[in-house]
Amino acid sequence: MDFLFNPWPWYVSGFLIALTLLVLLLLGKRFGMSSNLRTLCAICGAGKKTPFFNFDWKSESWNLIVVVGAIMGGYIGAHFLSDGSMPEISEATKVSLEQLHISEQNTYLPKELFSIESFSDYKTILVLLIGGLLIGFGTRYAGGCTSGHAISGLSNLQLPSLIAVIGFFIGGLIMVHVLFPLIF
Amino acid sequence: MKKLILLVVGIVFGIIMYKSEAASWFRIYEMFRFESFHMYGIIGTALFFGIIFTQLVKKFKVKSFDGEPIVIPNKKATRYNYILGGTIFGLGWALVGACPGPIFVMIGAGFLPMLIVLAGAILGTYLYGVLKDKLPH
Repeated sequence: MDFLFNPWPWYVSGFLIALTLLVLLLLGKRFGMSSNLRTLCAICGAGKKTPFFNFDWKSESWNLIVVVGAIMGGYIGAHFLSDGSMPEISEATKVSLEQLHISEQNTYLPKELFSIESFSDYKTILVLLIGGLLIGFGTRYAGGCTSGHAISGLSNLQLPSLIAVIGFFIGGLIMVHVLFPLIF
Repeated sequence: MKKLILLVVGIVFGIIMYKSEAASWFRIYEMFRFESFHMYGIIGTALFFGIIFTQLVKKFKVKSFDGEPIVIPNKKATRYNYILGGTIFGLGWALVGACPGPIFVMIGAGFLPMLIVLAGAILGTYLYGVLKDKLPH
């Protein structure tokens, strides 16, 4: 059981992600997570005022079942298949954490951002909320996220997906190398 | 039956995201610092097999389990929305260390502040819907 309990090697994980894509295709579906955010907007009634959300969301409800599964999968992964420890990132990355005031002794996610105390810290709430806004706005503007563009779109050899993925990296690099020292 | 299969696919996907550590802020941070092969290995392997699977499905006109033809729509041939939207998403991805899939996975794992990220992401999606016609695509 050790192989299940230890972090999975990249080649196993990568192959299983591709298999997820294949199974969804064979089910007549697509592999894309961010479109669920649009569906959630539509369910909340956003279609009454905004045409973008005025679509038959029930035709997309299959993807919400995948989301419910993903939430359950996260629970299983955290509670039964790991001890919740911090990933073994490279030494250089670890050393750089100090400048961000993030501890080297940490959990799966940095406790400075994702512990329950975050709910009572205005700055952390703002960071998480702005991060979410950028993710929601950006994915819909780009028409997909990591799953829809970087995996599904590139697997289908779509040039627009390559452009989007280049954008992902431009944004990520600006955030980590330019903005992180200002934020943390 | 199909709903059950979709639920299982979601569960397996969630476990993969957790166990691959692709859902960890630390791995995303490390990736954007180019200090480990881990994330590039995951994405590279997923793409290698993803391309093979997708192209085989298209070449042999494989039918879905329902017997329907599998249609994989092409992305719209616009430009600005991909680079601008992609960059905006990248900023958020690096900041909170989670893309839309892992947001849900981490909520399940018990990191409840991720609910704030989810609320922001739904709000951001809504804002895009409102502003859509005013943005370059």
